[in-house]
Amino acid sequence: MGDKRPRSFYILAAFFAAYVLFLYGPMIAIYILSFQGPDGGLTFPMNGVSLTWFGKVLSGAGIVDIGAAFKRSLALGLVVMVVTVVLSVAAGMAFRKPFRGSSVLFYTAIASLIMPSIITSLGIALEFRLLDDFINKHGADVGLGWLADGWTTGMGLFTSGLGAHLTWTLPFGLLIMFAIFNRFDGRLEEAARDLGATPWQTFRYVVLPIIAPSVVGIGLFGFTLSWDELARSSQAIGSVNTLPLELQGLTTTVTKPDIYALGTLTSAVSFLVIFAALSVILVLQARQRRHGSDAGKGTV
Amino acid sequence: MTQDTGAADLTSPLAPMTAGGSDQAASGGRLRKAAARSIAWLQAGPMMLVFALFFLLPLVLVIIVSAWDYNEYEMIPAFSLRGYTDTFEGCISGLPELCTILKTYLKTLKLCLLTWGLTLFIGFWVAYFLAFHVRSKTWQIVLSLLCTIPFWTSNVIRMIAWIPLLGRNGLVNQGLIGSGLTTQPIEWLLFSEFSVVLALVHLFTFFMVVPIFNSMIRIDKRLIEAAYDAGASGWQTLVNIVIPLSKPGIVIGSIFVITIVMGDFITVGVMGGQQIASAGKIIESRLSALQFPAAAANAVILLGITILIISALTRIVDVRKEL
Repeated sequence: MGDKRPRSFYILAAFFAAYVLFLYGPMIAIYILSFQGPDGGLTFPMNGVSLTWFGKVLSGAGIVDIGAAFKRSLALGLVVMVVTVVLSVAAGMAFRKPFRGSSVLFYTAIASLIMPSIITSLGIALEFRLLDDFINKHGADVGLGWLADGWTTGMGLFTSGLGAHLTWTLPFGLLIMFAIFNRFDGRLEEAARDLGATPWQTFRYVVLPIIAPSVVGIGLFGFTLSWDELARSSQAIGSVNTLPLELQGLTTTVTKPDIYALGTLTSAVSFLVIFAALSVILVLQARQRRHGSDAGKGTV
Repeated sequence: MTQDTGAADLTSPLAPMTAGGSDQAASGGRLRKAAARSIAWLQAGPMMLVFALFFLLPLVLVIIVSAWDYNEYEMIPAFSLRGYTDTFEGCISGLPELCTILKTYLKTLKLCLLTWGLTLFIGFWVAYFLAFHVRSKTWQIVLSLLCTIPFWTSNVIRMIAWIPLLGRNGLVNQGLIGSGLTTQPIEWLLFSEFSVVLALVHLFTFFMVVPIFNSMIRIDKRLIEAAYDAGASGWQTLVNIVIPLSKPGIVIGSIFVITIVMGDFITVGVMGGQQIASAGKIIESRLSALQFPAAAANAVILLGITILIISALTRIVDVRKEL
């Protein structure tokens, strides 16, 4: 283990570089192709450079109502993000003390994470279909007549769709919380308690500032995983489609570069969110380094 | 900082009131424990509720409905194993010819094995490079992020992205024809099993890299130095130290990749040009025909096989210990 790099380093570095190229190469290809000229096709070479296809997507010409799908996905992503952050942080705090049912919750989360998405999606679709049938057939018998009138379906973006997305984002949130608290120094809380802080104050002024960068990370996972979610939404979203579902539908019908333009726009949102989240994390970490310890600075 | 102290001052007078006398200390401790437990339930409850409503209950319903009867347009809540018998139709009478469902599962397993082998190979070496060869912490973070960012972007777009490269007139064919290696464009590059596996590897190697990297980063570097000092070759160190100690990560990564590929219907659909059958696609097509019990029966079969594979894998390693 000297300072001179062994030969294996160069081989693996080349392998790693090839992997990164494999990851990004194709994506970059469609970002470039989305700027095709008006006569350009789905493949290289570029036939001039233009914003034609972006214009097509934004004006909605030729493609289903992308603007609406865009807004729906954005709204759902934001709700999923907030719910994921709140529920994950709360559950993460719970796991720091022993409580009955903790292992049930843990294994449920893991099962939800690795369950083939089509099964989860099918189950949620069944659940809502049975609920709809029940309300339509028996709603009046159990005093829900007011509900049964004009009831079509309980399925929707913020019922079944939200639930389906949460089964995917919450396990990630919980695992990130585990990773945080594995490294967390519990003595900081004890110190706060000894100084007379209430549990809420301990959380708000001691725990939260320390875990804040990782909580932003949970939010990043929550939004991006929902923004791009496809498999679990497929059966459980109801009558309207999210953006990834529209995109998937377009893969079989569209033969023009507007699908690339749409892909580029969708990715742009992803990259914007990733960039924003990473910047916030960096800022928070820098702040922690600056304010992290006042040891040796005397009393404030 | 001023508002902290202000808030602390407001509540600190309460502190003596909550701290009991010495004779009450024991019951106070019990009370505090009970309070802590109920707080834990309050904190974990909402997440449990979401899983109960949108994961556990749906799963139970899938199992129940799989044993329901159905006709062309609706499910009938009466016990029937039609969902299962329809699925395995012709499996015995048609022997020795394999029936559709068995053929489909064999094909799914083949895609699964190919993807697993490739993601394991690539994932292992990428993780190895990050864990052992990248020495600065900053570079480690930057390079890990580089591998993670695509995971935060859309899977469909990452699939579509192969079209301009692999299509009939794609870059690969242009290059091959231009260099004179072939005269005809190669057709099997896109909408084939090849492109399905390629896309699966492209999408899901990440799930292998992360857990393996996590295992490797915990390996005490002194072990490797000790092996080196004791005269072990690089290969011996790899086989006798690094691989055994990375086993938990390898198993966790394998579980991820195998369960994803076993249930996949989107990648197989888009990259296979909707022409390749898979376990997940059977469920999807039953659903689009509104045959819910048949879809549920297929889901139960898929679930059973997935559980079998996972329990075989977890026998190799205790997963909970590693998280």
